[in-house]
Parts: sequence; C-alpha cells; structure tokens
Amino acid sequence: MTQWSALTDLCEPPRFSSANLREKISMNNRIKDAFASKQNLLNMYFTAGYPSLHDTLPLAQALVAAGADILEIGMPFSDPLADGPVIQRSSSAALANGMNLPVLFGQLQELRAAVPETPVLLMGYLNPVLQFGMEAFLKQAAEVGIDGLILPDLPLDEYEEMYHPLFQQYGVKAVFLVTPQTSEARIRRLDALSDAFLYLVSGPGTTGGTTLPDVEAQQEYFQRIAAMNLKNPRLIGFGIADKSGFDHACAHADGAIIGSALIRALGDTDDAPATATRFVQGIKA
Amino acid sequence: MTPSYQQPTARGYYGEFGGAFIPEMLYPNVEELRTRYLEILADPDFQIDLQHLLRDYVGRPTPLFEAKRLSERYGTRIFLKREDLCHTGAHKINNTVGQILLAQRLGKTRIIAETGAGQHGVATATVCALMGLPCVVYMGAVDIERQAPNVARMRLLGAEVRRAESGSQTLKDATNEAIRDWIANPVDTHYIIGSVVGPHPYPDLVARLQAVISEEMRYQLLEKTGTELPDFVVACVGGGSNAAGAFYHFLDEPSVRLVAVEAAGHGINSGHSAATSVLGTPGIIHGSRTLLMQDEHGQITEPYSLSAGLDYPGIGPLHAHLDASGRAEFISITDDDALKAVSECSRLEGIIPALETAHALAALGQLGAGPDDVVVVNLSGRGDKDLETYLKNMDKLT
Ligand SMILES: Cc1ncc(COP(=O)(O)O)c(C=O)c1O
Repeated sequence: MTQWSALTDLCEPPRFSSANLREKISMNNRIKDAFASKQNLLNMYFTAGYPSLHDTLPLAQALVAAGADILEIGMPFSDPLADGPVIQRSSSAALANGMNLPVLFGQLQELRAAVPETPVLLMGYLNPVLQFGMEAFLKQAAEVGIDGLILPDLPLDEYEEMYHPLFQQYGVKAVFLVTPQTSEARIRRLDALSDAFLYLVSGPGTTGGTTLPDVEAQQEYFQRIAAMNLKNPRLIGFGIADKSGFDHACAHADGAIIGSALIRALGDTDDAPATATRFVQGIKA
Repeated sequence: MTPSYQQPTARGYYGEFGGAFIPEMLYPNVEELRTRYLEILADPDFQIDLQHLLRDYVGRPTPLFEAKRLSERYGTRIFLKREDLCHTGAHKINNTVGQILLAQRLGKTRIIAETGAGQHGVATATVCALMGLPCVVYMGAVDIERQAPNVARMRLLGAEVRRAESGSQTLKDATNEAIRDWIANPVDTHYIIGSVVGPHPYPDLVARLQAVISEEMRYQLLEKTGTELPDFVVACVGGGSNAAGAFYHFLDEPSVRLVAVEAAGHGINSGHSAATSVLGTPGIIHGSRTLLMQDEHGQITEPYSLSAGLDYPGIGPLHAHLDASGRAEFISITDDDALKAVSECSRLEGIIPALETAHALAALGQLGAGPDDVVVVNLSGRGDKDLETYLKNMDKLT
C-alpha cells in the first residue's frame, strides 16, 4: 500500500526545486487580479488533448485572444461522474489520443508564454491526481503556472485535513462547487477555505445538463448566495451554452463558465482554434 | 480489544479503504443517508417491517443444505447456503427490501439502481412494484444482451431499463449512469446500490442488510454440526455483497477461514480478467477508496468476466481491507473452471447455480479442506438467467 502512504505523509514541508519556483508562487495572484479588474468574466472549459492531442495550447491561445477571461483545462478521466455525455465523449477521445498527466504537463510548459496574464485552472478527478502524487502534481502545476484546481470528487474534509496546507504552499487555489442543495453553513466553510472563486452549479445535473426548469427557484438560489456577502467571487456553470445564458448568469454573479457547448462545436470542425475563436466572439459580442 | 472488521470508522473507513469521494452535487443525499441510516435500521418499526418482508416475501430463512455428493467428491463436509431460493433467485433482494423501507422513511418517491447480471435490477424492480414506486435501472448494453431474461423480468415488473453505452458497457458504466441520474435528481430519488461498493455509508449499509445470511448460518450450523463456527466460508466477489453477508458474523472469529473468489476471466495475465485483488491497486472508484484495476495514469481499465455480476474493476472497501490485512484469502477462477463447476453442481446436487456463484463452487478444490472440516459455500443465486450462456458453452459444461 505504498502508494497511499506517500500521499498521506504530508508532515514534511514541500521542497522547492528552485528559487525560481518560489518566485513564481509568490507572484501567483492572477485569479484575484482578474476579478479585481474585470466584470462579467467568461471562464472557458475545454478538454486537454481534444479534438486532437496537440490542440491544448492552440485552443488556450485562441480562446484568450477572442476574449476568454479564465481558462479551465479538463484533465480527461475514464469515468467522469460529474460530466454529461459531451464532456464524457471528449474525455474518451482525448485519452484515445494519448493524453495523460505527464503529456499535459509537457504541453503546459509553454502555457505562460502563450497566455501570460490569464488565470488557468485544471479540472479533473481525484484518482489520476493521486496516482501522479498530490504533491508532485501541485509542484508541476505551480511550475507551469497553473493558478487553480477543481477536483469535484475531493471531499471537503479530506481537502481541509490533508491537502489545504500543500495547496497553499504551492500557491494553487482550490475551487469548490456549490449546488442549490448546499447548506448555508457548508457554503460558508467552502468560502473560508477557498481563495479563488466559488463555482455555482446552475441546477441539478451533470455538465452540459439543462438548468433548473424552475426559473424562480433558480433565481432564488442565485440571490440567496449573492446575499451571503461571501469573500470569494462567484461564477455560474453547467448548462450555459450561448450569449443569452451567459448574460443571464452575469446578472446574478461575477461571470460564467462554459464548457460542453464549446466541446460540442469542436466536435464538428477541422479547425479547432478558429471554431473556438468564433464561439467566444459569439458570447462576448 | 482488537478492532472489529465489521465496523467502518465514522467516515466509513475499513483500514485505509472506504470514505466518500463524491462530487458536491451528491453531498446532501449521501450526508442524509449517512446521518440517518443507523438510526433507521435500529428503529423497531423498521425492524418489524423488514423481518416480516424477509420471512413472508423473500422466503427467509434460506436453507443450509448439506451437499453430500459434493462433499464426497472433495473429501470434506460441504454445506450450501441456499440464497438461490430467495424470491427473485439471488441474495440481492435481502438488500433491496431493506433499502426500499429505508427510502420510504427518507420520504423518497423515485428509485434508481444499477445492475450487472440483472439480479440486483430485478430485486430492485420487485420491491418497487411491491411498494408502488417508480423504478429506473441502468444496465450496460453488453449485459442487456447477455442477461436478456432479467431485462424482460424488470420490464414485466414495471421498471424502466436504461442502456449504459459508455466504456465496456457493463456494470461499471451502469453504475456511472446511476450516479449521474442521482446527481440530476437529488431531492426525490433514492439510489439503491447493489453491492458493498460506493461512498460511505453504502458499503456498511449493504453489508448490514446482507448480514442476515451469516446470522442464519450460525444457528443453522449449530443445529447441524453442533457448533456455530465452520472452518471455511466461501463466496464469490463482484462488488462483494453476498460475500460480505456470508462473512459478516464470522469476521471477528479468527478460526473461520474466509475465502473470497474473484473472476479470473480468461486468466489473470490474459488481459481479460476481473481479479481485482491481484490486478488492482489502491485508488478511487464510484466514490470509494479501494482496490481497483487501473493503468499507470489512474485511468480505470475495463475488466472482463463471462459472468456479468463479477465483471467489475473494483471490490468493496471492506474486501480490500480483508485482503490487505490477510483476514480473507482471495482466489480467482477462470470462466472455463466456473463453467465446469456449473455442471458439477447441477449433476451432483441437482442445483443449477448462477455463473457468479459457480466461481465460488469452483474454488472447492483449492481450499485444502480436510475430512473433518466444515465448509459453507454461499450459493448466491440460481442459474436460470444464465441458461443462454450455458447453452452456448455446452462443450465446456460436459
Ligand atoms: C447470483 C449472484 N452472485 C453474486 C453476484 C455478485 O455480486 P456481489 O459480489 O455483490 O455479491 C451477483 C451480481 O449480480 C449475482 O447475481
């Protein structure tokens, strides 16, 4: 069971490979800067290694050039429980293309040269990260300039007890999901533990799913959270597909996250960056 | 006092295995279950309803049958715990009657389930019919083909069977789809999981509901052999619910050897296997930290077994702990050896076992049990659902 003991043995402080990394970490406040300087932020999700293995960086560049304010790069997993069919298919395709964490970190070496200012998050599932090693993962992420991490199946208790100090030491911000069923006490706990933004899931369902059919209930949910005076800004995600969805989300939060709709568009194109550019222009128009 | 193997910690850990690795969308549901299941299970009214259903509906206690001809063949004293005689033909209904009563007490009005062999799907559809609740069962497209009679039974019982088309289109993928359904329907729906897998408290909940198997074994053995404790208890492990039930009241009796039998498929090293204890490493599957089959990058790999109920890349966290701690011995049996055991049990005892169960029977020759030893095999289910597979493999059955 050696693999687990390596993960749970967190008493040792991280050893930085270089002064260089330490410097990168202390400068790492791109998420805060973005929320301080802009309104109605558009966070674009795409799956690393999709539609083809080497699309990751060209897509990042195209999305930012067209106006995306934050990037969320999906690390494909074989069994993505929180994802709907569109992202499931892109994940399977990316894995078939040969994407994995070492390949992704290799591609991300050029990330900061490609998009110097933009906050970039990684989103994925806990198991591949644990097999890579949580500390090794955070260290690599920090080295390539990743700002935040979304791991929907990392339980809050485990995060708080085992990983929070490690995230802080490497300057990677944890982003937590909030749903219409999340209690107020729990939202406050998530808010206290995070230093990035809260990810408001628009309604019941997996990514790409429709929003709450009950518009009033959804309104009530967004307003309830807006009224909580949380320290973190809020982005709304899941099921937002177009400009009207984006504008609606912006009326209730600091911006929105769009993923499945872009992935769907990328599924029918030969020129992924051009498609991504058109997609973002359509939202930001 | 040595810690009990029965009880997970408050957070659902058996040793280093277990826990609840779930997306926030599932947190309120799982938390409600976690905070209420023990209180509900202990409630006298719940127990009255459960005992009544187990006796008059499921047909418990199930017999403990001394298999004289199998005993003669293996030179030891073999008993078969006849879970195949439960209503619907397998142990799975012990869990579903308990969980439907629990769901009612939680105020849930819609039931979902996953199924591999279809036995859990049938057992869920059955209790939903009994209680008048709508039921959706997710089943891998491959399993829908190979377990056609159970698909027909579920439909006859009024359940909707939905195809899981992703991955290897088997039990793992059906479980993914059921979890996604629960994410989309967090308020009215209860997920009746079919084995001792999933996030805490499911492994403990299902183990407790299946524990009736070993509870009965103990007094039945006392009656038949003069002692409550056998020398061996043998059960097959897909997720591990029938094994958990058969082991439960012997877990803290070190003299009883517990033998868990996994599916080797075409053979451990063939690349077509479901022997998780051998091929698996620690990781997270379906919300639980346990042993699972995965590649070096933590992607879950596709298992293989001819038996739909054992075709799963993980095992429940209790079993991962029993393996890691050495409390249980793990054996794996190939498709072909399981098929031989089907014909042996059919011809020697007049009992046609399920293909899953046949893996446990096929382990009899590997136990090293002596003439004075008492061996109990948990006969988890009957073979009717597998007739088509058996007919296709007649050459291996003779
Ligand atoms: C008869 C029978 N035995 C065993 C199993 C395997 O499940 P478990 O390991 O949870 O007992 C199944 C599952 O479908 C089954 O139908």
